[in-house]
Amino acid sequence: MLLSKVLQFVITGVANGAIYALIALGFTLIYNSRQIINFAQGEFVVIGGMAAYTFYVTAHLPLPVALLAAILVVTLLGVAFERFVILPLKNAASISLIIATIGMSIFLRTGAMLIWGKEAMTLPHFFGDKPWNIMGATILPQQIFIIAITLVIVVGMQLFFRLTVTGKAMLAASMNPEAARLMGIRSERMVMYSFAFSAALGAVAGVSIAPLVMMSFGSGAALGIKGFSAAILGGLTNPLGAVLGGLSLGVIESVGAGLISSAFKEAIALIVLLMVLLIKPSGVFGKIGTRRHAR
Amino acid sequence: MALLKVSGLAKSFGGVKAVSDLSFAVAPNQIKAIIGPNGAGKTTVFNLLCGVFAADAGTVEFAGRNISSLAPYVRARLGVGRTFQNTLLFDEMSVEENVMAATEAGLRLNAFAYLFRWPAVARAERQRREIAAEALKLVGLQDKARDPAGNLPAGERRLLEIARALGTRPEIVLLDEPAAGLNNAETDRLKHAIRAIRDRSITVLLVEHDMGLVMEICDEIVVLDQGAKIAEGPPLLIQEDDRVIEAYLGRPADNA
Amino acid sequence: MRANRRRLVNWLGIVCGFGLLASLPLFLNDFLMTIAVVIGINVIIVFGLSLLMGYAGQISLGHAGLYGLGAYTSAVMSTKLHLDPWLTIVAGALLAGAAAYLIGLPALRLRGHYLAMATLGAGVIMQIMFVELSGITGGPAGISSIPNLKIGHLILDQTGAYFYVVLAAVAVSLWLSLNVVRSQKGRALRAMHGNELAAASIGVDTARAKLFIFTLSGVFAGLAGGLYAHYLTYISPDSFGTSLSILLVAMVVIGGSQSVVAAGLGAALLTVISEYFRTYQDWSLVFFGLSLVLVMIFAPRGLFVETAAVAKRLVARVVKRRGPVES
Repeated sequence: MLLSKVLQFVITGVANGAIYALIALGFTLIYNSRQIINFAQGEFVVIGGMAAYTFYVTAHLPLPVALLAAILVVTLLGVAFERFVILPLKNAASISLIIATIGMSIFLRTGAMLIWGKEAMTLPHFFGDKPWNIMGATILPQQIFIIAITLVIVVGMQLFFRLTVTGKAMLAASMNPEAARLMGIRSERMVMYSFAFSAALGAVAGVSIAPLVMMSFGSGAALGIKGFSAAILGGLTNPLGAVLGGLSLGVIESVGAGLISSAFKEAIALIVLLMVLLIKPSGVFGKIGTRRHAR
Repeated sequence: MALLKVSGLAKSFGGVKAVSDLSFAVAPNQIKAIIGPNGAGKTTVFNLLCGVFAADAGTVEFAGRNISSLAPYVRARLGVGRTFQNTLLFDEMSVEENVMAATEAGLRLNAFAYLFRWPAVARAERQRREIAAEALKLVGLQDKARDPAGNLPAGERRLLEIARALGTRPEIVLLDEPAAGLNNAETDRLKHAIRAIRDRSITVLLVEHDMGLVMEICDEIVVLDQGAKIAEGPPLLIQEDDRVIEAYLGRPADNA
Repeated sequence: MRANRRRLVNWLGIVCGFGLLASLPLFLNDFLMTIAVVIGINVIIVFGLSLLMGYAGQISLGHAGLYGLGAYTSAVMSTKLHLDPWLTIVAGALLAGAAAYLIGLPALRLRGHYLAMATLGAGVIMQIMFVELSGITGGPAGISSIPNLKIGHLILDQTGAYFYVVLAAVAVSLWLSLNVVRSQKGRALRAMHGNELAAASIGVDTARAKLFIFTLSGVFAGLAGGLYAHYLTYISPDSFGTSLSILLVAMVVIGGSQSVVAAGLGAALLTVISEYFRTYQDWSLVFFGLSLVLVMIFAPRGLFVETAAVAKRLVARVVKRRGPVES
């Protein structure tokens, strides 16, 4: 009985945490390339989910096509964001960049509201909604899908950064932009790639949870904060840390909500965020990989 | 008794020893220089003296007090003024205000005094202006007091930075390559300024590449090579020291 | 001499400005006066935020929480303990200042984006507490029947009268802000904003300077919160969310963070726009988001500061053409 309860917390936590991990990875990629925090990251998630809804329900595209189309749209959005907002602010102070990405998040959020309205929407489960039973705990096929896709993305990203030329260039540009520039790597181009990537990751997260949560134009803020908390927990510069941070945050949240009170569930991520920021801003999993201090 | 006394100072960055077991002393009213080839650890020594870095080992004593663990601003308040190799002026302020800003070290009021504009604020402000005028006169910038600091040419920027350090009412000023990038006329002005400072009983410790300047104005010289002291003494003896010639003067390509 | 004359002109301008503002109730109807009161309340917070952002170079995305703390403190003390609202407003301001001090103590070690996120988190947590500590705060429903301010037997429940209270508070906070800015304190802050290493080298305790400004901005936010509570006589947690924190920061940057007065004008501009467009709120928010981006790209010092700079250049050109004028 107790075991199944604990197991349930862990399963729910890991499934939620996988989503946080994907969003956190987006923060990490952008921070590594440009040392900024993208306050509009949560909006990528929401627009991904909403666009998938439009392609699937309204345009009657087959589900896989609709999902890919949504991810593509958001990726292009990420590129446009970088070209029209981040690039012109190349020499701006960090306060200006904070305000500009906040401005973009408001713009995208209300833009989404004008396009899709205020109603919450949801997608059908990709592989049916019949829960599986594991030792008294249940897990939905959609949750398994989320965990699997996160795993695939994490492994894929590691391979990308280790094996491809573009990946290595991005890594080099993030670790030492000056040296990378001297070696002929165009770090501006790398910043654009990182926005494209993190927008795509956000969209993947968005389409994956769309069947599980009611998504509306305003859902991005909370998702963004949780993804960011996860990224900070993992050290912000470290992709692997972001994933571990996401998974731990998901579990902490589900255990906390189950044991204490669900009213405070929203506060848990924030409290974790504040504790890490105030006690150990370099993150709990910050030792692995590149390390950079709070600037 | 020495005004500034460094004993056994050491600092390494990621396994590379920047400064090792360095000891020397600066007597009151001295002009002393630290010289050495590029990368000898001179600026690191300055940053250790001012508290920008914490030393791995060793102590810094100032006026008989161990200041090794104090924050930079506390050392400034105690009487250790400094300039920077890459002149860090407040470009948006006027020349005068740059120096007035520095009077923070010697003339502190509590926050409520400023908030409610107590009479002490206006009194202090007059004193700050006087201190600034005096410091600017000492370095010969009194005619430019109202100019924006950002408009000064390189030579005067160096002088202003020195005046700003004087605004803290220091007992010693540490000058980090004050002559770098200056032409002959500017270097002459600098020379006058440094002597004028010493004549006001302020001790001067400088890092400098300009050998002519160092040999002419300094009472004593410390020579560093790869973070360690290889010689110390008056200019004439240093010029004849074999190890110095080998490490430093013998490699003319190295000095800037 | 010239500095003295400029100071005189500045003070004259400010006095005339306030004289003009004081005559507003003669011209404006009740709806517009309500907006004027809201502007005044926002301006007080924005003064503090402009000191924090433009002078100390720090950011806060949690000031709505401190504003709420001031409002709740004053509301709770005056409704439950039946204390005089004048006193409770001051208590609210001081408590918000204390909270800012406690938040700032650890948080101000962080910089830029990290600080933004930490203050954002602190603000959201404060808002959650307003909801969850329902025994004291009335939960999501909030607190109603908050007593009006009184002078003797005169109850200040009319917008026109309340306007003068707010105006006086604006004047006091402007005076305090300018005292800080136009003194050695302001010089030390600008030094720190210019270069922290250089500031430390001249004896500026940068950590303490930041904390002082953060605390002061908390006091201003708390004061504004108290004035808000006793104006509306009703408060609820919805009024103190992150979107308000963001709006406040936007007022500062759109107006111009490096001038207290420009930031105040920014507050007036955005308050008018957001009240005027209340009915078209959806569309206006799209423009709001976009204009934040555009201002950051094309006028990063803020609309009013950039406009003033352009005006100054134009004047200089005209003066030059007419030949030198004895000044």
